[in-house]
Amino acid sequence: MAYSEKVIDHYQNPKNVGTLDKSSKNVGTGLVGAPECGDVMRLQIEVDDATGMITDAKFKTFGCGSAIASSSLATEWLKGKSVDEALKIDNMDIVEELNLPPVKIHCSVLAEDAIKAAINDYRTKNGMEAIKFEESVVH
Amino acid sequence: MLKLPIYLDNNATTPMDPRVFEAMTPYFMEHFGNAASRNHPFGWEAEEAVDYAREQVAKLIGADPKEIIFTSGATEADNLALKGVYEMYASKGNHIITATTEHKAVLDTCKHIEKMGGEVTYLQVKPDGLIDLKELEAAIKPTTILISIMYANNEIGTVMPIPEISAIARKNGVLLFTDGTQAVGKIPVDVNKDGIDLMAFTAHKMYGPKGVGALYVRRKNPRVKVTAQMDGGGHERGMRSGTLNVPGIVGFGKACELCMLEMEADTKRISILRDKLETELLKLEEAYVNGSREHRLPHVANISFKHVEGEGLLMGFNKNIALSSGSACTSASLEPSYVLKALGLGDDLAHSSLRFGLGRFTNEEQIDYTIKAISETVLKLREMSPLWEMYKEGIDLSTIEWAAH
Repeated sequence: MAYSEKVIDHYQNPKNVGTLDKSSKNVGTGLVGAPECGDVMRLQIEVDDATGMITDAKFKTFGCGSAIASSSLATEWLKGKSVDEALKIDNMDIVEELNLPPVKIHCSVLAEDAIKAAINDYRTKNGMEAIKFEESVVH
Repeated sequence: MLKLPIYLDNNATTPMDPRVFEAMTPYFMEHFGNAASRNHPFGWEAEEAVDYAREQVAKLIGADPKEIIFTSGATEADNLALKGVYEMYASKGNHIITATTEHKAVLDTCKHIEKMGGEVTYLQVKPDGLIDLKELEAAIKPTTILISIMYANNEIGTVMPIPEISAIARKNGVLLFTDGTQAVGKIPVDVNKDGIDLMAFTAHKMYGPKGVGALYVRRKNPRVKVTAQMDGGGHERGMRSGTLNVPGIVGFGKACELCMLEMEADTKRISILRDKLETELLKLEEAYVNGSREHRLPHVANISFKHVEGEGLLMGFNKNIALSSGSACTSASLEPSYVLKALGLGDDLAHSSLRFGLGRFTNEEQIDYTIKAISETVLKLREMSPLWEMYKEGIDLSTIEWAAH
């Protein structure tokens, strides 16, 4: 199976690989997937308390090229968005942007899940209620 | 000069040896006859060529030419052996013993036989990929007609103790079939010394053409028969109808002859390269060889690089190096290699594996390039891997509750 150029580019030059201090109150961490399934994504956001804007985002991913590209792209999109805007990122946007084939859609779902998990982690840390999301269907 | 891409997937198929191609060429246009045409020179030429090839093939495995049944490949030979014995020996019993690490051509055929009313025992393998001979013997019952154990595994290269398995089969009056696809032409295989009753093998794994293989069927001590699975003109002593693929068979014969002549020198050279590759890659932290290192094909290595996913790893260099991975990261199949899982490997290690298959045309420059490319990619991906970070922090990954996925 051939990868799209965008996937290859993210794989070769991933954006925002790294780790934020998960004990910090401003940092939300989402860890999704499982080693048994062949992909694990950790996505972190740093939020400015005063403005509610995401000032930084980092990821680390164990997985195929599409999983790495999906999480790299997600961090790019997250930076500069408000938390509310970030919640609107849909996995199909990632599929479209990266030209993911059907068998790799689950990588984009995982990235969306990671964003939501990171936001909920940030919310619960800061005394807000976690948002209940509908179960993802494409797992 | 190093030419890219490098081919290290010789367990999937081998490039054809130019000498094989040369031998085949006249049989496409010039000598196009049907080997079954008995009444004219076109047929005679074709028949003569097939007879000669049959001798070349038989010689490689120490068989009599009459014991070689040409097929379209190893999958067909596997089907013919298993279904053919099941049907032919129905009055004796309906039980077959095989192992969980067999090729799908064997496993799926066994599943089919189960649907037809047969009974199949699937032996587990030990962590080194070998079956337990005591378990094998214990699995034999009065209705057992066949033991089907592959000579060498396609994913990990583990070589089964065929002579010992044969001794158990003989003692109990059970036939032994072996899928010799990966072994024949690579290591010495002798149907008499090894006590094999039926064996499937194919040309394209030994530098011959695709689309031609053979089933060895023993004619003496004991005389083995299989029920044909293809009805028609009664070719191949009635066991496999269908006009013979003359150019393919000629190429198969030539490939066998070359393997016979060059096996020793090839093995010596290739195993040195394989060992170099393995030694260098094992210098990476948390890298493990899968399957027995002692009982193994000389050209195969299967290595897991912990905390890096196989498909992601391949992407780092697969434009330049052709390899295969035990990981299948698609929504259709999230299951990693069943062979690696059968060794008792966790899914995470199975997802992290690469299979190296060296061959006659592999050289040291290619191996050096491969070592460098893979080492660099593993290090790069580990920097990107959350699992590697946790491992380095001393977190036991098995204690983490992973989100259902």
